[in-house]
Amino acid sequence: MSRLTSVAGSTRAIRATHKTLSSPWATAGAIVIAALWTLPTFGLFLSSFRPAEDITTSGWWTFFAHPRVTLDNYAATLTATSGITVPQALINSLTITIPGALIPITVALLAAYALAWIDFPGRHLLFVAIFAMQIVPLQMLLVPLLRLYTGGLTVGGVAIFPGFAANSMSDGFAQVWLTHTMSALPLAIFMLHNSLSAIPTEIMEAARIDGAGHGRILRSIALPLAMPTVASYAIFQFLWVWNDLLVSTIFTTGKNAPVTKILADLAGMYGQQWHLLTAGTFLAIIVPLIVFFALQRFFVRGLLAGSTKG
Amino acid sequence: MQAFFSWLASLPNIVQVPLVIAAFLVVVAVIIVLIEVAPRPGTAYTWVRAAIAIGFPVIALAVFGLEAGAAWVFGLGAVLGGGLFWLDARSTKGRGRLIQLALFVSPALLLLIVGLVYPTIKTIVAAFMDKTGNQFIGLDNFVWVFSAGGNGGLISLINTVVWVVVAPVAATGVGLIYALWVDRSRAEKLLKVLVFMPMSISLVGGSIIWKFFYDYRQGNQIGLLNQIVAWFGGEPVNWLQHYPLNMFLLIVILVWSQTGFAMVILSAAIKGVPVELVEAAQIDGASSARRFRHIIIPSIRPTIIVVWVTISITSLKVYDVIAVITAGQNSTSVLGYEMVRQFSLMPPQSGHSAALALLIFILVIPFIAYNARTLKRGN
Repeated sequence: MSRLTSVAGSTRAIRATHKTLSSPWATAGAIVIAALWTLPTFGLFLSSFRPAEDITTSGWWTFFAHPRVTLDNYAATLTATSGITVPQALINSLTITIPGALIPITVALLAAYALAWIDFPGRHLLFVAIFAMQIVPLQMLLVPLLRLYTGGLTVGGVAIFPGFAANSMSDGFAQVWLTHTMSALPLAIFMLHNSLSAIPTEIMEAARIDGAGHGRILRSIALPLAMPTVASYAIFQFLWVWNDLLVSTIFTTGKNAPVTKILADLAGMYGQQWHLLTAGTFLAIIVPLIVFFALQRFFVRGLLAGSTKG
Repeated sequence: MQAFFSWLASLPNIVQVPLVIAAFLVVVAVIIVLIEVAPRPGTAYTWVRAAIAIGFPVIALAVFGLEAGAAWVFGLGAVLGGGLFWLDARSTKGRGRLIQLALFVSPALLLLIVGLVYPTIKTIVAAFMDKTGNQFIGLDNFVWVFSAGGNGGLISLINTVVWVVVAPVAATGVGLIYALWVDRSRAEKLLKVLVFMPMSISLVGGSIIWKFFYDYRQGNQIGLLNQIVAWFGGEPVNWLQHYPLNMFLLIVILVWSQTGFAMVILSAAIKGVPVELVEAAQIDGASSARRFRHIIIPSIRPTIIVVWVTISITSLKVYDVIAVITAGQNSTSVLGYEMVRQFSLMPPQSGHSAALALLIFILVIPFIAYNARTLKRGN
C-alpha cells in the first residue's frame, strides 16, 4: 500500500518531468498499437449493423463507401436458437453471475476476518495453505466435481451426499454457483485478508474495549473499511463468471447455458452465420463493458492489489 | 438440499436468483448471530454453546441429505461438535472463542475441502488409472501423452509449451512498451482504455472478433487480414488451416486480451520510479533508450516478473480460444482444451484427461513458486 500512496504523491512531479521527456514518435507508436488493438473489435461491431448479405459478401471497410444500416441482426438473435435464444442465454448468464459473485465474497469475508483478527495456533499455516490452493488449475477440478454433483458421495455403500439430481446433471444452477464459489475462494480470501489485516490494531482494540463482539466488529468496522477491496474483488468475480466458458461447458445443460456457451456453439455450428455472431457477441460483451467503464477505478485498484500485493 | 435445489430449478430464472441469495443470507445471518451469542457469560449460555457446537454440524449434515443408513455420520458430527465444546470450555483465553472461530472459518474450509482438496486428490489418483477409474495402470496415461501417435496428447503438450513461451513475453513486452509510450503522451487516458478494454471482453467474444478478422473465403474477402494481403497483391490464405501458423494466430488473441493487464500494472510501476533518478540520468546526458534500459527496467523488474508469471499461468490453462475457433482441429489443441476433449469422447477417456490436467498442474507449480519468492523478497 505504501508504494501506491507514494505513487499518488509524486505523480505530479513525474508528470512534469515526462512533459519534457515526451516524444511525438512514442505517441505515434502508441497510436499504432491502439489502432491494432481496436480495429478487429470495431470491424465486428460495425458489421453487426450491416444487412446479413452485406456481411458475407463484402468487407466491413466497404461500409463507408456504401453505408447500409439495419437492426435486423439484433432482431434475429431474439429468435435464432442454439437450444435457447441469445436473450434467454443472457438471462442465464445473469442468473449464474449474481450469486456466483456474491456468495464467494461473503464466505471469504468471514474466513478472512477470522484469519486476520482471531489469534489461534496454526493460523499462519492455514492462511499459507489457502493461499497455495490458488495454484490448482480449474481443469484439475472439473471431472471429480461433475461426478460428485451427479453421483453424490458414498462412503461404505451409504450416500453421504446424494448429488443435486439422481444420476444425471441437474437442470438447476446449483452446480455452477457452487463451482464458481469454490474455485474463487483462495484468491478472495487472500485479497480480503490483506485488506482486513491492514486495519489499524488500535481501531479494533477500541471497539473490543467498548464491548463489541466479533460479529459486531465485522459488520460495523471491518466490512466498511474493507469495502473498496470487496468492491474491486466483486467486479473481478463478476467479470470472471460472466466471461467464463469452461465451467459452463461442463456444468450447464442446454437450457441453462450462459451466453458465452451459446456463442461458442453458434461459432462452431454455424460458423458462417456472421449476422447472428456479430450481434450476439456485442449483446454478450455489452454487460462487462458497462461494468468496466462504470467501475474502472475499482477495477484498476483491484488489479494492482491482486497482482502486486500492494 | 437436493429437494431445495430441485424445487429452485423448477422456478423461472428471475425468481431463482433472489431466492438463493435470500437463503444464503439467512445462513450467513444465523452464523453471525451465533458468533455474537457464543462468548456471553452465564450458565444458560454454556448450554447455548453446547447446542451450537453439537447442533451446527448435525444440522449441516442433515441439510446435505444423508441416507437413512448414515446415522453414524450424524454421530461423528455430534462427537466432533462435542469435542469442540470441550476444547472451548477448557480454553484459557475465554469461553466461546473457539466456537466463534469454527463458525467463521468452517463454511470456507468445507467448500475448499470439497471443491479443491478432494477433486485434486481424485484427479491425481485418476491420472494413474485406466478410463474406468478402477484399474491401476501405472504411468500408461503419461506414456500415451508422450507417444507420438497419442492422438492429441503430445501435440497439445508441445503447443502448450509454445503458448507459455510466446504469449507472456509478447503481452508483457507490448504492455511495457505501450505503458512507456503513453506515459509521455497527452491522450494517455484514452489510449490506455483502448488497449485495456479487451480485458473486460470474454475470450469467447474476443475469439469471435478475431475469427472474423482471420476469415478466409473465395472471391471478396470479409476478413481484414486477407484483404490486407489482397491489397498488397497476394493470394488470400486460409490462416487457420496451416500449422504452426494457426497456433501463432490463436496466441495473438490471448496476447490481445492480456496486454491491457500488463500495461496497467507496469504503467503504475513506471510512475513509481523515483523522479530524481530519471532526472539525474537525463542531466548526465543519457538517451531515452539508455534511461529505459538502465533505470526504468531495473527499478520495475519485480513487477515485470509478476506480470509475466501471471500471464504465463493464464496461457497454461487456456481453453476458450481453442474451443471457439478450431475445436482443436489442425493440430491446434492445448493441454487445457485436450483435457476436456478427452473426457467428452465416447467412452470418456478419464485417465488421459486426468493425466493432462495433472500436467497443467505440474507446469503451473514452478511459476507460482517463483512468484511467491519474488513477492516475499519484495516485502
